[in-house]
Amino acid sequence: MADTFTVHLKIWRQDGPDQPGKLVDYTLDKVNEHMSFLEMLDVLNEEIVAEGKEEPIEFDYDCREGICGSCNLVINGQAHGPKDMTCTCQLHMRNFSDGDTIVIEPFRAKAFPVIKDLVVDRSAFDRIIEAGGYVSVKTGSAPDANSIPIDKTVADTAFDYATCIGCGACVAACPNSSASLFTGAKLAHLNRLPQGEPERKKRTVAMVEQMDEEGFGDCSNYAECEAVCPKGISISAIAEMRRNYVKATLAGTEA
Amino acid sequence: MNLDSKVPSGPLEEKWSKHLNDIKLVAPNNKRKHDVIVVGTGLAGGSAAASLAELGYNVKSFCIQDSARRAHSIAAQGGINAAKNYPNDGDTIWRLFYDTIKGGDYRSRESNTYRLAEISNEIIDQAVAQGVPFAREYGGLLANRSFGGAQVSRTFYARGQTGQQLLLGAYQAMMRQVSEGNIEMHTRHEMLDLVVIDGKARGIVTRDLVSGEIQRWMADAVVLASGGYGNAFYLSTNAKNSNVTAAWRCHKRGAAFANPCYVQIHPTCIPVSGDYQSKLTLMSESLRNDGRVWVPKDKDDDRHPNDIPDEERYYYLEEKYPAFGNLVPRDVASRNAKIVCDEGMGVGPTGRAVYLDFRDAIEREGKKAISDKYGNLFEMYENITDDNPYEEPMRIFPAVHYTMGGLWVDYNLQSNIPGLFVAGEANFSDHGANRLGASALMQGLSDGYFIIPYTIGNYIAGTDLDEVSKDHEAFDEAADNAQSQIDKLFEVDGDKSVIEFHRELGQIMWDKVGISRSEEGLKEAISEIQDLREEFWNNVRVPGESSNYNKYLEFAGRVADFLELGELMAKDALHRDESCGCHLRAEHQTEEGEALRNDEEYSYVAAWEFQGVNGELQEELHKEDLEFDFVELKQRSYK
Repeated sequence: MADTFTVHLKIWRQDGPDQPGKLVDYTLDKVNEHMSFLEMLDVLNEEIVAEGKEEPIEFDYDCREGICGSCNLVINGQAHGPKDMTCTCQLHMRNFSDGDTIVIEPFRAKAFPVIKDLVVDRSAFDRIIEAGGYVSVKTGSAPDANSIPIDKTVADTAFDYATCIGCGACVAACPNSSASLFTGAKLAHLNRLPQGEPERKKRTVAMVEQMDEEGFGDCSNYAECEAVCPKGISISAIAEMRRNYVKATLAGTEA
Repeated sequence: MNLDSKVPSGPLEEKWSKHLNDIKLVAPNNKRKHDVIVVGTGLAGGSAAASLAELGYNVKSFCIQDSARRAHSIAAQGGINAAKNYPNDGDTIWRLFYDTIKGGDYRSRESNTYRLAEISNEIIDQAVAQGVPFAREYGGLLANRSFGGAQVSRTFYARGQTGQQLLLGAYQAMMRQVSEGNIEMHTRHEMLDLVVIDGKARGIVTRDLVSGEIQRWMADAVVLASGGYGNAFYLSTNAKNSNVTAAWRCHKRGAAFANPCYVQIHPTCIPVSGDYQSKLTLMSESLRNDGRVWVPKDKDDDRHPNDIPDEERYYYLEEKYPAFGNLVPRDVASRNAKIVCDEGMGVGPTGRAVYLDFRDAIEREGKKAISDKYGNLFEMYENITDDNPYEEPMRIFPAVHYTMGGLWVDYNLQSNIPGLFVAGEANFSDHGANRLGASALMQGLSDGYFIIPYTIGNYIAGTDLDEVSKDHEAFDEAADNAQSQIDKLFEVDGDKSVIEFHRELGQIMWDKVGISRSEEGLKEAISEIQDLREEFWNNVRVPGESSNYNKYLEFAGRVADFLELGELMAKDALHRDESCGCHLRAEHQTEEGEALRNDEEYSYVAAWEFQGVNGELQEELHKEDLEFDFVELKQRSYK
């Protein structure tokens, strides 16, 4: 059996959106290196429930295999914690040592209001997709799938951008709380494909404007988003988004 | 109970097109007058909501997640089948149908399974048009790969993230309809009851998971696409929030639950490492295209796997099943993993694992080619286990993955409650006693994009739907019922956490209602589950309050339902005194340990009608006989 160890936790507790929050200290023994970070929190919650003095800590999760995008913790100041290309749920306690102090906070942004403790409302992302993050095709009207050959490299790059899981780490890491990487990734996925071409301009303008309306900040090229993205999405998406936005908004300059 | 399957007459190939010609339509200007509720936003629910909204219905969509983009369909890795025959390897709709019905060990309806194969090609067209970035060849056309239970390459894929890409396609189609005002989206809402008025499904009751408010919603039809019930086992590859509650509450309102004992145990998952474990992670079956499964021949061999020479390795699937080798169907692969581990040949710290080895594939094709195919899966494996599968074999073991059983539906995907339609994993329809790989995505999207949008029209056009109101006594009763169960959970105020109850239930299910089942074990399971359920209602502790975000409360309600469903699963497994597909009764095996069916007595769908819970779960069995007019029933063989 693997050795167990002790960690000291400082966890953000907040009763509701309009309540003040604060960091609360906990100490957890019997942490196992093979535990995932969220399993460590499960174990802590079981202790809290058994003691019955306070409510368990609320945090979002679902698939626990790094694909649904539900989990969203800032761990020691880093969105999704210290390991590159890894969601919170795929972070394992072997990345920490005995006696470590670990600070756990929600993804903070004006556009992501706290619901409770570490749970935030990311519905602003849905509204950005709603603004144009799709190809307008009705069920049943599609031509044969092989009727449009697509250069493998184009398809592969579009895929790289399409792997975004919508977790919001890019926003949490950005000093401006910008959603440019999220928005840019969806635009790069769809705008690069022939299927997405007819709506490219309309989509780009609509999504960028929605992003502003939701209260996300502008991009100042800090590139913190790329550094924390669990899917490794490149910030070239943002440059591409800007190019397309400028082209689409300056009349007559469509390239 | 009326279990009329409503399968159209005529040749298999013509049933669906004939049905489409015959069913009633709702005029475009009238669709606007009809509300349809869709519960769940996975592949089935998302595609149904988008397609119904495109047609003009007023759709109200509900999901428990914070966004419609997160349902567990997103985690499907390997791919989606279709009979396109792009590789020119002899695939046809008939072959896809035949493989699926054979893979299901002849326990599904011929007509539904054929329709699934027929629709498969349209799904690929639809997804590509939406911009789903499937893998392509250098010539720019779509690539295919092989999957278990088939001898053709018919699986379309997007690296190891096919479910994610297909789900995002459906989600984006939904969001387009939200922007056009055709879908009203309700995230973080959990369905707690179905409202039945004059024998028809007319609405649902939900709990707003943020405010805790109990709410009432009316509609002319309800589509339930709430997924499967694998989490009855506590540890499974399902997402943590996947649950049976919506389906189970429909069952308690009269919807028959069909074949609950058909549970698929996936052969390639990462083994359990400790009791804190919260879920199991699947490694896509596509890995069996290139990975070779083996255990050391000598059970005391504790050498590093790389140091064990070939002649001392037991490649048990290749030896026992030379025709299909490592690509035998999932049930066969899982059972064989259990057999070699039971015989003491298992590997790893717990002895409950087998090797899945890529050494030969890497030698043959190079590391880059293997990484292109499975890169993200290898990373995921390394991240969880801290072992590098490029350099040493993976360790894998079976885990609960998918449930073929579900609410009973007819050919229209309508349950026995008129107006309640059930799609995707939540219904029982197409996979019989075992589902082949890359068929779940196919079924979810087939139900949602191409079947339900038509059959709901047929129902609405052909049914008198009187005005109802949210003040109807059936709404009062359902809302009170939902609230009183919540109050009851808090009132117990016991000492034991919800998670402990769930873990204990899971252990009973895994030991006695898992890969191999026996009469004795199932009887024990039934009585242990009854005891556990009684203990739950006397000693569960639910912290917090109901008027707030409270995940423990959500889980408590779901575990309460799993504690009833678990008993039904065991009852169903006990009554089915044969083996078929994933349901292996130890008493009924061939000499080679394969599932031995009894077609004379058990060639039927077992549809259970809820009668009440009083210490014991009361359920009445109804049977829908399965008729095979087009395929011949055979003992499955993958040798």
